[in-house]
Amino acid sequence: MNRTFYGNLIFELGKEGRVGYSLPKNEFAGYDINGIPEGLKRGNDMMLPEVDELSVVRHYTNMSNNNFGVDTGFYPLGSCTMKYNPKIDEEISSLTSFTSLHPLQSADTVQGALEVYYNLQKSLSEIAGLSEFTLNPFAGAHGELTGLMVIRAYHNSRGDYKRVNVIVPDSAHGTNPASAAVCGLKVVQVKSLADGTIDVEDLKAHLDDTVAAIMMTNPNTLGIFERNIPEIARLVHDCGGLLYYDGANLNALLGKCRPGDMGFDVMHINLHKTFSTPHGGGGPGSGPVGVREGLEQFLPNPHIKKDSAGKFYIDSDESALGAVSAFMGNFSVMMKAYSYILTLGKENLKYVGPFATLNANYIKDSLKDVYELPIDVVCKHEFVFDGLKDKSKGVTTMNVAKRLLDYGFHAPTIYFPLLFHESLMIEPCENESKSTLDGFISVMKKIAQEAAEDPEMVKAAPHNTPVCRPDDTLAATHPIVTYREMLNDNDA
Amino acid sequence: MSKILEGLYYAESHEFVKIEGEYGYVGITDYAQEQLGNVVYVDMPEVDDEVTAGEEFGAVESVKAASDLYSPVSGVVVEINEDLDGDPGAINKDAYANWIIKVKLSDPSEVENLMDAAAYAKSIEH
Repeated sequence: MNRTFYGNLIFELGKEGRVGYSLPKNEFAGYDINGIPEGLKRGNDMMLPEVDELSVVRHYTNMSNNNFGVDTGFYPLGSCTMKYNPKIDEEISSLTSFTSLHPLQSADTVQGALEVYYNLQKSLSEIAGLSEFTLNPFAGAHGELTGLMVIRAYHNSRGDYKRVNVIVPDSAHGTNPASAAVCGLKVVQVKSLADGTIDVEDLKAHLDDTVAAIMMTNPNTLGIFERNIPEIARLVHDCGGLLYYDGANLNALLGKCRPGDMGFDVMHINLHKTFSTPHGGGGPGSGPVGVREGLEQFLPNPHIKKDSAGKFYIDSDESALGAVSAFMGNFSVMMKAYSYILTLGKENLKYVGPFATLNANYIKDSLKDVYELPIDVVCKHEFVFDGLKDKSKGVTTMNVAKRLLDYGFHAPTIYFPLLFHESLMIEPCENESKSTLDGFISVMKKIAQEAAEDPEMVKAAPHNTPVCRPDDTLAATHPIVTYREMLNDNDA
Repeated sequence: MSKILEGLYYAESHEFVKIEGEYGYVGITDYAQEQLGNVVYVDMPEVDDEVTAGEEFGAVESVKAASDLYSPVSGVVVEINEDLDGDPGAINKDAYANWIIKVKLSDPSEVENLMDAAAYAKSIEH
């Protein structure tokens, strides 16, 4: 492994006595620590690096240059909605009047924060076409679990205890069956048709009085809109079940159509995806859950409410689910979402879904002569190629993805969904200019040409990145997860 | 071209079973290992666990994906291939020699629901 490109740890850069600034006189030097219990006293010196300011700046600047984000380049990672997050949202959420709040402060002293919370609940309800939202869940999968708990509480409240089955399409995100299982419900798989949409005939066979809900992502994992949603909603409701909307692909519809209007009863939204929080690094996220009229009382505690005098207060309700999170979720993500919604406004938010859809279709149609397009229909915000059209030279989706890195683009999602062997899933999002899309299209065409003319070069890509191709198998079977292990590995 | 052996029985989900007396050796086909890519982990049941035809008995994880394993036959697991713990990649070298579980069949006639080599070859043609 090349340590030049990884640099060193900040600790290794340090030299004894090197300082970045001078500390004020230590007023506590004479402090009597005898009263502090032994177990609480530090046994060793603090491990602090001794470095000068310039070394610190260079160290972290160089390190950040090894990163790739949507601020660096095009990031068409399908299913992930890696869209640009406007800087104003970051600024607003960083205001100290919000960041310095303590979650145990009394409601009287945090009226502004509660107002943001309350207004965001209302905005999301309007955007989703539902009655009420809780912002408490910490992320998408947490929202799924909360939503299913709401559904179970609803059935139980009616004494309808035999509804233990959750119907999940075979093309669903893996979190759907996982959430159902964690909620103590059983998963029933429904087949999809060749175009990836739900097989309504197969669905009918599963509908009876044991169905708690169906979980759907619309548009689905292949970026295809479920045209039969009115019929599916009628069938599921007729058998007494509810419809759960997985908000993973909400970006495709944002401002254009609403899950509530399609017949969904419960949903979650990934605020960090659709509403502007840099994500992909493991958090923080936010997965608000919304419900249609009649289900509000099952949303988890606590709730933010407004009294007749316009004052906001935090309320808990005995009939509701218990708390699903410490306090009320990830507030900074909510701030960004609220700022995002207000800066776009109602008149511009309605362009998000259509532009995301237009960009995806533009790329799809521009490339379908050289890449295999298994489902050739108008897609929504994303679509899936099944590898190169010409597979005779043995260049795989993995190779294409690696070669894209050489041209400065982030790779699309590969080998997901599992419906095809060489899945290459592209989601450009709404913010990209036509020049960027054209640049990506020309590079994808160039790679197809390279695959035909010089396949071995493509198979060995990437050639221009700090780290070239790692050994996937070795990395999976013998992972090196700490810096110390890496050093030992280098010595060996 | 994927290798397909005569005399084995094949499931649509790309497992094979090799019958020896009252026992069946279950693994994944050469075609399955090709599609999965380098196998990095095999999740196996324990000896004495029951398996049911068409139901999940474990999973195989590769650098590309994790896939559930479905048993082509019903019965009781009498042996698991422990060598795969240390060397899961053996499946990529020879999928048929490196079976995953050995099952004492509870209903040997179940193999009639599976495909023979010719039928399986046809099923994986593109």
